[in-house]
Amino acid sequence: MTTATSSAPAGAATSVAAPGPRRRRWTPTRRKEALWAVVFVVPLLFGVIVFYIWPIVRNAYFSLTTWGPFGGATFSGLNNYEAMLADPSFWRSIVNTLIYVGMLLLGIPIAVVFASLINRPGLKFASVYRTAFFLPYVAMPAAVAMVWRIIFNGDFGVLNYALSLVGIHGPSWLSTEWFALIAVGLVGMWISVGFNLIILSAGMKSIPPEMYEASALDGAGRSRQFFSVTVPLLSPSIFFVSVMTVITGFQLFDLLYALMGTHNPAINETQSMVYLFFAHQQTGDNGYAAAVGVAILVLVGLFTILQFRMQRRWVNYV
Amino acid sequence: MRKAILAAGAAVAAAALLAGCSSGGGSSSGASADHNLSATISYAFWDTNQKPAMTALIKDFNKKYPNITIKQQVTPYQNYFTKLQTQGSSKTLPDVFWMNGPNFQLYASNGMLAPVSTAVDPANYPKALDELYSYDGTQYGVPKDFDTIAVFYNKAIFDKAGVAYPTADWTWDEYHQKAKAISDKLKSDGIYGTASGLSGGQEVYYNTILQAGGSIISKDGKKSGYDNPKTIKGLQFVRDLVADGSSPSMQQLSDTPQDQWFINGKSAMFWSGTWSNAELLGSSIVKDIAVAPLPKGERQATVIHGLANVVAKDSKNKQAAQAFQNYLAGKAAAEIQAKMGAANPAFNDTQKAFVESAPYDLNIFETAASDYSFPYPISKNTAAWNKFENDLLPEAFDGKRPVAEVAKELANKMNAALAKE
Repeated sequence: MTTATSSAPAGAATSVAAPGPRRRRWTPTRRKEALWAVVFVVPLLFGVIVFYIWPIVRNAYFSLTTWGPFGGATFSGLNNYEAMLADPSFWRSIVNTLIYVGMLLLGIPIAVVFASLINRPGLKFASVYRTAFFLPYVAMPAAVAMVWRIIFNGDFGVLNYALSLVGIHGPSWLSTEWFALIAVGLVGMWISVGFNLIILSAGMKSIPPEMYEASALDGAGRSRQFFSVTVPLLSPSIFFVSVMTVITGFQLFDLLYALMGTHNPAINETQSMVYLFFAHQQTGDNGYAAAVGVAILVLVGLFTILQFRMQRRWVNYV
Repeated sequence: MRKAILAAGAAVAAAALLAGCSSGGGSSSGASADHNLSATISYAFWDTNQKPAMTALIKDFNKKYPNITIKQQVTPYQNYFTKLQTQGSSKTLPDVFWMNGPNFQLYASNGMLAPVSTAVDPANYPKALDELYSYDGTQYGVPKDFDTIAVFYNKAIFDKAGVAYPTADWTWDEYHQKAKAISDKLKSDGIYGTASGLSGGQEVYYNTILQAGGSIISKDGKKSGYDNPKTIKGLQFVRDLVADGSSPSMQQLSDTPQDQWFINGKSAMFWSGTWSNAELLGSSIVKDIAVAPLPKGERQATVIHGLANVVAKDSKNKQAAQAFQNYLAGKAAAEIQAKMGAANPAFNDTQKAFVESAPYDLNIFETAASDYSFPYPISKNTAAWNKFENDLLPEAFDGKRPVAEVAKELANKMNAALAKE
């Protein structure tokens, strides 16, 4: 269930293919095994190289070039990076992206609580609830965004109508600075809770019931059990979910684009890093866009490394 | 593959044969009158509303050229030019495709387009459009349609507010007063006097700039006009409408687009072009709609813009592509478009059918074109400074910063971009 276990088979396979010096010598059987390992790994590896590694390499190269309107990239050194670092909208896009990621991370405790509620023994219609939570995740972002656009509409939206009943005059949620980011973040949370909840409730199922029985005998109540048994034993799943959340958070684009559109007066103050990439790609400034792409890769890498460092302090593998 | 080669071979043979015959036939349509031409070509455009009309055109074209198969490629406008640029860089542009003013010079100056054939007579179209699609003295596009701007208004809302209808010779002040009066009177219903598109120049602010006597770009396309005091006056007029509530704010217009305000009876006036016709005809308020010319500032003015059909220079079936372009350039094609209400055709004197497609007076758009229209502002890389307009002007219209300050910053940035062209 966790990243640690899911990455294990791949590691095992490669270590068979490249035996260290302490291993036994090549027997025909071992040789055959290694061959099969290669046969199984190559198709996947091919896909990874062609569709992930190669584009990353090309993108890094393009970030050092200036593009003509119809191709024809010319090498221009670090010009794009200089322009990017001097561009206030680049820094603003980092801030916006981090705020969005932060909001998604706030959704994880919510998902843990809902997951434990759904997993209560004897709960009726548990699968109905699970489906209901998961639906936003599988629905098309464009369709989801259409519905939320109507809800958030400043003049005719459901949300502002509800607020007006209690005497609050709501803003144009999706086209006012800061409000727009919060609105997009809320929708993002709503979507991600569904995905996280499924992962987390699967994690809960793997917690042995004896743990709860033993803690009950020791006099632990419901909430004590939640904090002292469920959360610690769920920490590998929580860790996995938070790594995935940070990565998807950094990739924010389609939801933002569909919710706000391209001619939104608040878009420059709300754009994410991927949106910045898109905006420059749209005007044919592909070199700059590629530089933004590299910046996204570096930041996601840094945050993921950071998370793996910190997990030692709080994740329990039993 | 082999089939294609055979077909091409047959086409060449047939062409050679027919060229011999037709030279004596006195054919009026010029060089490529080979109706047995056999090829498959692509035709790219963005407007799904016009798809039925395009299909009808292809069908009519196939009566003359039964062996040319035309595949339609519809791409939404937002991605259309991004896709074309990618196709252009790999020399796989569609054989025939729609072009607009802001993008034209980029394609022409980079050698992406084939010049129009001598079979097309430029005299058949408004001069402003021939000029729009000429680069360095060569014409690369055949004008397809054109649009000018006028005011659509909702008579029912004017009646409800007790405000007199616009007249043909009204001024900025009268327009502003009516808009304000309606906004004030019908505030409790959430109805505004006017709501128009402010996220691009064509619908409103290019027109007000020209009406104030200003300009967007110099005639040679080398200098920005945004630091001209008259240009600033034109922008200030738009700001004033937003400031006193005559018009919804930028935010409101972003949440609910201008056409939605109008067709849902939430705004009394709507500045727009002929392209809105199809949508308005299908709306529930169609009975209440009337049209007035744009109000006068220092002078009467509207921008004129139109699309063109162009042929890719690297088209593998250029003969077939040009045969189709020549057909689209003709009167028959213009009349089919007009009758279907799809667009206001560019071919002179074919607009009658289009004008008759609506119960309100579309002739105002035609008069505007002939009497007081100004060419749509473009340069070699229009998109570069269009981005600055879109980034900066909302701050002026929303009152975050003074109009003059924003306009001057815009002029500086635009001049820097123009210097790089």
